[in-house]
Amino acid sequence: MGVHQIRLTINGKTFVEEAEPRMLLSDFIRENCGLTGTHVGCEHGVCGACTVIVNGSAVRSCLMFAVQADGEEIQTVEGLSQNGELTPLQQNFKECHGLQCGFCTPGILMSTSDYLAKNPEPSKKEIKEMLSGHLCRCTGYDGILKAIQKTVEDNKETILIEGS
Amino acid sequence: MNTVIGNPLPRVEDARLLTGQGKYIDDLGTPGNTAQAAIVRSSYPHAYIQSIDITEALSVPGVKGVITGKDVQTYLNPFSVGVSTPVKYYPIAIDKVRYVGEPVAVVIAKNRYIAEDAAELVKVKYETLEPIVDIEKSIEEDAPILHENVGSNIANHRNFHYGNVDQAFNDADRIIKHKFNFPKYTATPIETYGIIAQYESSSDQYTIQANFHGPFIIQSVMAGALKIPSNRLRIIVPKDIGGSYGIKAGTFPYMVLCAVASRIIGCPVKWIEDRQEHLSASSSGTDRVTYIEAAVKEDGKVLGLKMKMIDNVGAYIRAPEPACLYRTHANSTGAYDIPNLMIDGYVVMTNKLPTGLIRGYGGQELYFPLERIMQMIAFDLGLDPAEVIQKNLIKAEQFPYHTASGGIYDSGDYEKAFHLALDTGKYQEFRQKQEEARRKGKIFGVGLACIVEPSGSNMGYITIALTPEERAASLPKSGASEAATISMDPMGSVNVRISTTPSGQGHETVAAQIVSDVLQIPTEQINVVAELDTSTSAWSIASGSYSSRFASLGSSAVYYAAHKVREKILKIAAHHLQVAEDDLTIENASIYSKADPSKKYSVKRAAGSAHWNPMSLPEGMEPGIYETYFYTAKKAEAPDENDLINSSVTYGFVADLVTVEIDPETGEVNILDYITIHDAGKLLNPLIVDGQIFGGLVHGLGGALYEELAYDEKGQFLTGSFMDYLVPTAPEIPNITIKHIESPSPVTPLGAKGLGEGNTMSAPVAIANAVSDALKPYQITIDSLPLSPNKIWNLLSEQKVTNS
Ligand code: FES
Ligand code: FES
Repeated sequence: MGVHQIRLTINGKTFVEEAEPRMLLSDFIRENCGLTGTHVGCEHGVCGACTVIVNGSAVRSCLMFAVQADGEEIQTVEGLSQNGELTPLQQNFKECHGLQCGFCTPGILMSTSDYLAKNPEPSKKEIKEMLSGHLCRCTGYDGILKAIQKTVEDNKETILIEGS
Repeated sequence: MNTVIGNPLPRVEDARLLTGQGKYIDDLGTPGNTAQAAIVRSSYPHAYIQSIDITEALSVPGVKGVITGKDVQTYLNPFSVGVSTPVKYYPIAIDKVRYVGEPVAVVIAKNRYIAEDAAELVKVKYETLEPIVDIEKSIEEDAPILHENVGSNIANHRNFHYGNVDQAFNDADRIIKHKFNFPKYTATPIETYGIIAQYESSSDQYTIQANFHGPFIIQSVMAGALKIPSNRLRIIVPKDIGGSYGIKAGTFPYMVLCAVASRIIGCPVKWIEDRQEHLSASSSGTDRVTYIEAAVKEDGKVLGLKMKMIDNVGAYIRAPEPACLYRTHANSTGAYDIPNLMIDGYVVMTNKLPTGLIRGYGGQELYFPLERIMQMIAFDLGLDPAEVIQKNLIKAEQFPYHTASGGIYDSGDYEKAFHLALDTGKYQEFRQKQEEARRKGKIFGVGLACIVEPSGSNMGYITIALTPEERAASLPKSGASEAATISMDPMGSVNVRISTTPSGQGHETVAAQIVSDVLQIPTEQINVVAELDTSTSAWSIASGSYSSRFASLGSSAVYYAAHKVREKILKIAAHHLQVAEDDLTIENASIYSKADPSKKYSVKRAAGSAHWNPMSLPEGMEPGIYETYFYTAKKAEAPDENDLINSSVTYGFVADLVTVEIDPETGEVNILDYITIHDAGKLLNPLIVDGQIFGGLVHGLGGALYEELAYDEKGQFLTGSFMDYLVPTAPEIPNITIKHIESPSPVTPLGAKGLGEGNTMSAPVAIANAVSDALKPYQITIDSLPLSPNKIWNLLSEQKVTNS
């Protein structure tokens, strides 16, 4: 099977790597680019653990081939915190005990970051709907929900303060 | 410094897990010559293997070799197991397959893509046999036999009599009995199994990295299977495991399979399981049929119980099975004062995936019939279920309570917790609401469950599978031990090494909290190492994480190891300050005299003296600071000749109240409120505690409503993906209220008990009770799970038909 050269950016860094056309994006990110923060839990698009952001949209990297991401811009969990500072969402996951084993967490953080960027003030029900694309077997979703709700609330306050 | 035990401290693990820096098995580096494995699996539930043709697979570029059952036999013994039945279990089928998904060949190739391609080219010819999947049919005369050399499908059978059961049944006003089926379900950690195995011929040593987490008695079992001295099997467990809930504990056949593959092929072998393999061929909970009979008085008092339990361990019995049947042996009568008990326990084998540990292990199977029968007693006698529970609950003044089967319940106030559940759930008010709803044609119900949550398993309990005579002939097993090592380096920094192989329970955080309290050092300055390496860590057969043993045992080992360090640095300071040791105390990293606080010595300096200046140490003291403590709970004796066994070290209590509404059109069960009251003794970190409870409860909810590893009657496996095996997602989670009372355990130094499994045990039956309560006007009784809309709808429509 022939290999293709793939050039893409992940978290602002350029990667040029070779891959067979059938290689999954999830494997490419983990194995070729060495970014193991993106996890693989089912490889059939249900668990959501492999979620990354491709050109501004959350996608399941196990349902995409690496060649399809040629030339694209990708964000993974490694790119969330800057200079060792957790993002408010990450910080709230910590404070609200939104993770236990942490295996589902990167995918949930990526989906949520993307979602909140587009829907800054979701209701609890909407957050639950968004989370329905992710499986977590540790937390019962309670801590996750609280962490996201708190992030939404904190954002509202910041907007208020900035606006006043 | 204030104490930090008992504080809801955020976890030290989180920073790495939130930034993608966790180190799970699939993230670890491998030697350059590592190859990847793909496993060819049986598509038949029961068949002889006639031939395996590997030629085509071998010709695929990049394939390094293909191995089959015949190849591994030279290097392996069957896995040993704690029953006398001679079942031969290898990690790969030798001449016969006994469940769909059983390995028949392993392809080793340069990468996983190539290995999987080649696996499809392996041609296996089978001669199919009649399969057996039904528990009760498996013990009928003409049932197909899985293991010819065993002669029947029964792997274990024991009968137990405690108290005077005949008398109790004679004295009873009524005998209430029913049969219940508990399904086969699993836990589906989001991370599947993963292994990197390497054989080194020069030392004849296997090194296996795996997300396996104990009990480490399995290390001996695996070494035996690999035919090597146990110190030639080095197991390394990564610090991060992506969830398990028991599924990654117990006999982990793929570790041995990859180890042998590495030996035969001659390079390190890595294998990451896929989801379908996980669902069909990793491990699962045990399905059980229970016939329960209760001898009761008219006032609802239960005098005695008879239970015939038949556990289905699947195609092979493997350690720690038949533990599902025995883990709860001491608490077989649950939260009730019932002195007369008969148990007739069978373990059978059928053509399904072999079973093993799972969150709640044995508890959900036990409490489903027990708590269902309590409700049926109430209905039969025309009493309120709450009244029947109340009448039978063990009273506060009865602690420590000795159960019929040998359990010693350490502490509790069951009535208080139960009343708190009734009050919080507004039980009486709901009953009125229910009446009104019924008048409007709505179906409301309320379910109760009171369960005892055992934690910290006594390693002796599994030998109850043997008769007293068989036990007498072998080495007795007892205890519930765990080890921890704490060291101070030359600069006074603290390292803590634990052997409890966490998979998300925050052991690093809680260990840091405990050490922080004992040594008066801020938690941020403590480094906890959770990797376990059987060649270098302090561990024992009981080590690992299962049976909620960290809070009761792991934490105790850490606590006492920290005290050993504390004593040593106090001795050093006392020597240098020339004061009595008991006059010294530690605060804010400083050791000082209570009588004269101006006499001070820093902790850092005490540690420094032990390393840089050992000549200055008191006479006879060893240099360095490196202390290991092996802890065992005292109340964990081997079973006696009367089969009395205290199978766990601590016993918590859970009282649940759940309200449901059932949609008559669709049969869907909608949970209105879930109230759960816990008594787990002293809580070490309430934030982690509630997280564990939520997780356990939602797993129980899945078991009640959605989850089942389904097979058709021909043994074909039906639930091989997350589209077929349904697990709860966020929108399905109801309102959950958790409350605590704390009855400290007198058995553990910190007063803590294990927790996190309780609701996995209680939720299936609490919800089943609520549904039965709701459907009482239709004369529908729930005796199997899961309660899918389909099942409820069918029950309702059958009922309508018989009524019309
Ligand atoms: S691994 Fe991609 S959705 Fe599960
Ligand atoms: S934190 Fe373990 S699966 Fe979500």
